Amino acid sequence: MNTKSRWMAVIGITTLFTIAGCTDTTSTTTQDTTTEDTTEATAVAESEWFDQAVFDKQSGEREVAPQGPVGQPYLQHINAEMVSTADYAIDGAGKVCFANASISNPWRVTGWITMNQQLQVLMDSGAISEMETRDAQDSDDTQIADIDYFIEEGGCDLFLISPNSTAAMTPAVERACETGKPVVVFDRGVLTDCPVTFIHPIGGFAWGIDTAEFLISNLEAGDRVVALRILPGVDVLETRWASAKVLFEDAGIDAVDYFTGADPAEIKKIISDELAKGDVRGIWMDAGDGGVAALEAFEDAGVPYPVMTGEDQIAFMNKWQATGITALAPVYSNFQWRTALLAAAKIFSGEEVPKEWILPQQPITGDMLEAVLALNVGMPDGHYATFGGEDLPGYPAVWQERLVP
Amino acid sequence: MMREIRNSAGKSVARSVAVIVDPRQAVFLVLILLLATIFFLNPGFAEPSQFIRFVQRVAPIAILTMGQFFVLVSGEFDLSVGALIAVQVVVAGNLIGQDESKSIPVLILMFFIGLVVGLVNGLVSSLLRVPSFVVTLGMMLVLLGGVYFVTGGSASGNPADGFRSIGRGGIEGFPIFGLMPWAVIVLIVCTLLASYVSTRPFGKTLIAIGDNPETQFYSGARVWWTKTQAFMISSTSATVAGILLVGYAGVHPSVGRGYEFIAITAAVLGGVVLGGGRGWVLGALAGAFTLEALFTVLNFADVPSTWRDSVQGIIIIAAVAYSAVSRNGIRRKGTNSASPEIGEGASASGRSAQNTSPSHD
Amino acid sequence: MSSTSLVYIALFVVVVIGAILVGAEGRNFFSTGNLRDVFTGMSVLGLVGIGQTLVILSRSLDLSVPYVMSLSSLIAAQTMSSGGASIAVGVVLALLFSAAVGLVNGLVVTKLRVHGFIATLGVGLIIKGYLDTTYKGSAGSVPKEFQFIGSAAIGAVPVSTIGMLALAAAVYFLLTKTRTGHHIYAVGGSAEVSRLSGLRTSSPVIISHVLCSLSAGLAGILLASRLGVGSPTVGTQGGYDLLSIAAVVVGGTLLSGGHGSIWGTIGGVAIFAVLDSVMSAIQFNPFLKDVVRGLVIVVAVAIYSRRSSETKRVRFPEKGK
Repeated sequence: MNTKSRWMAVIGITTLFTIAGCTDTTSTTTQDTTTEDTTEATAVAESEWFDQAVFDKQSGEREVAPQGPVGQPYLQHINAEMVSTADYAIDGAGKVCFANASISNPWRVTGWITMNQQLQVLMDSGAISEMETRDAQDSDDTQIADIDYFIEEGGCDLFLISPNSTAAMTPAVERACETGKPVVVFDRGVLTDCPVTFIHPIGGFAWGIDTAEFLISNLEAGDRVVALRILPGVDVLETRWASAKVLFEDAGIDAVDYFTGADPAEIKKIISDELAKGDVRGIWMDAGDGGVAALEAFEDAGVPYPVMTGEDQIAFMNKWQATGITALAPVYSNFQWRTALLAAAKIFSGEEVPKEWILPQQPITGDMLEAVLALNVGMPDGHYATFGGEDLPGYPAVWQERLVP
Repeated sequence: MMREIRNSAGKSVARSVAVIVDPRQAVFLVLILLLATIFFLNPGFAEPSQFIRFVQRVAPIAILTMGQFFVLVSGEFDLSVGALIAVQVVVAGNLIGQDESKSIPVLILMFFIGLVVGLVNGLVSSLLRVPSFVVTLGMMLVLLGGVYFVTGGSASGNPADGFRSIGRGGIEGFPIFGLMPWAVIVLIVCTLLASYVSTRPFGKTLIAIGDNPETQFYSGARVWWTKTQAFMISSTSATVAGILLVGYAGVHPSVGRGYEFIAITAAVLGGVVLGGGRGWVLGALAGAFTLEALFTVLNFADVPSTWRDSVQGIIIIAAVAYSAVSRNGIRRKGTNSASPEIGEGASASGRSAQNTSPSHD
Repeated sequence: MSSTSLVYIALFVVVVIGAILVGAEGRNFFSTGNLRDVFTGMSVLGLVGIGQTLVILSRSLDLSVPYVMSLSSLIAAQTMSSGGASIAVGVVLALLFSAAVGLVNGLVVTKLRVHGFIATLGVGLIIKGYLDTTYKGSAGSVPKEFQFIGSAAIGAVPVSTIGMLALAAAVYFLLTKTRTGHHIYAVGGSAEVSRLSGLRTSSPVIISHVLCSLSAGLAGILLASRLGVGSPTVGTQGGYDLLSIAAVVVGGTLLSGGHGSIWGTIGGVAIFAVLDSVMSAIQFNPFLKDVVRGLVIVVAVAIYSRRSSETKRVRFPEKGK
């Protein structure tokens, strides 16, 4: 390459950087034109994930007092329509086949440990004979194969599924339903209502409402909030941000979102850069993993702590207590992992269960903090306070040691 | 007379600019442009106290890139460094806990673990002749799986503040900068060490091995041991990066995720050629800063989160293509004189380099 | 004994050990359901592996495959959603885009002289940014007729696996019986010598990149069929970039190019599929699965490297050795 073309290249690269420097769009996604001629619109983030009807439904559910045994939130339900399971009743213990999306994050690991303790209780009482688990390691394709394997080989009396993603898992769940055996779905849902029951806490929109309202009430219009999001495209996470964003916009809060991959180094860099641009008054997280790193970034910069919403992860809650910040810990009730097996036991004995089992989703506020931490003394950082296992055998040692079964 | 002075002044300006534009120094040009963009977007960044914090956060990846330099330049890959960082971070978190007196023994253990990993990588690839890409890929899977198995996928506590201050703290009240982070001091020391090693016979042998594998038979050096040492340097750099990251980021198994790709990309940006035989340590260092500066520009410019990867991809290809195409231009013009570029200062444009490795880099 | 034969011996050993382990759990490895699980695991990875073999033979690398797979699944699923003739249009469109990406990869590698690692990493990142921005979760909808392709089976063998093996045979024919195939080997073995022999060294490399992205596109279409939708993360979920490279090297192909076989790769794919299936059946700890995969990769290649350094045919002997 001669000198002239080298100069051209230099000018070209300089131009590229200038363009990069001058794109002053906000980081919320913009409408993109797609190149393929399709009938289906690849729409803007808001309308794809934001659903006013579901938003209103969940907003209402937050106000309803749950039905069910007091002090046992994992057995409570909201606005339930009960269905009969008499057809599925069996004599003796049944085999549960569990197709698990993965145990690749601490929330799921906590749930998995709790579920196994619950399993012990149900096996001892003769409700469940065994539970065979196949872990899909976060892959849709693998989970579909796992469900098909169970259908063909498993000798299952009940299919228990925690779907990796909603639309992709639907055909496989329908195939499971077609076997005539009961199907229980929990955590993320699917696009069919053929399962006997679908267990989940109120939902992402409610999370978004709880967290956004908390921040809005503690901040003023024009204040900057940094939203730390783990990954794009996961529906339970996207719905949280979708509703929070709408509420922030309405209240005039300047909210900007970043994807972090839950990497604490990445979180620190993002916050440091934001602090260098100006004041940051609030932090919103769609999942609490990495919350400590975010607060440390404020410490390193020597600026006052933000108002923050994290999650019921012990690391965040300990830091919250130690620093005395104004914070809220929304929850995605971890005890649903217990409810899944309890529902299976009910179905085996022919008891009725809610068609859509909506579990309570009670955020942890500042006044509740101390009591909650007292129940979770000695728990590791990755533990979640709403694990609901205080009355299970092995409490607290099994969760403290955190051996993955 | 005036015309002569003007001519020679013009010529020396042209020559110095040409030096900067020289593809071997391209990475410095890109770095300067990026830093200028950052200062333009956020003037506060140019303050010494802010700028030194930027250096602090680049330090881990910069050290890692310099370590990867030694492996890349000998013609190999080390894909295990990201996973090794995660292992080191978790070891520090779990074994030190809140007991600061354990810091020194655990530090020694961490360096030992790093050296063992490097030794295994090196021996399996040079003695068992398994391609380093494969060995280190396998090692990465083993280490990552192991770390997740032990931690159950979650953080297990940040160790005592004393230990963390290496990555997070520094010397207070330092002139100009306010806080002189320990991380920056560590980085400077590592840079000096790396530059020194690269100019020693060891370093030159590495580059010779990478440049022309046939020298294996004729050089008289124990090639397997030399290459293994390069892997051990790389693993040690991952250990140091891990120590700094424990302080900066805390303990979490996702710390270090993807860093092997970042280090390789940074080294290539800095002029290291994949396949070996060319590159210099300071170039690799500059590459790391350039990449981090690019990420910072994207943060400051409010580029939508989701487009960052695309921008990163374009710039990486552009920067590497620029130096690759220019390098070939020089080569075709060149004579037979070999010019060892490693560790040497900037050379004026037009100087050629001999290349005996297959042209498909 | 060639390395391809070694792979199949290794596969046999793995199957035997697997069958014993699975039997200890009270299952039959050779039952229809279990075999179907293994073969299903082979189809997608096999398709990607075939493409990756071609690229590695020509001494390059393709790290963009997961993103091509995701993009292709989305294009296919969205175009097909109206059913009928749009199914064919969807397939063609997805393949066209995949081929275009392959062309870009090939051109960046040959004309811009960027190493395959960097070139395909960069292109992959560009596609990733586009996917993350445009798609917020799955999109499109695959009609029932086409979903059939992903799930239909003849006994224990899925139709998709048969299709993958047919493609492998076609590529084998390409590599061994056509001039293009020979040129790919030549360029991979020594680009300098090929150039001196009068070959245009760019074309085989570009062709191998285009074919690789095409096979990734096919894999994406297959995944769309299985999932019933297109997904922006389906490619990365399976870790297909590093896993396909792993299958290729376990199958005996050299990373340095010029030496290897498609059937070796298929053997490598089979080994990984059997491993995965057995580990799932015995409810092995998911975190340790990666440890096992890593060890298998290194051990397998260590065995071949001893062999190939002994038996590699010196095609262009140099003087003085």
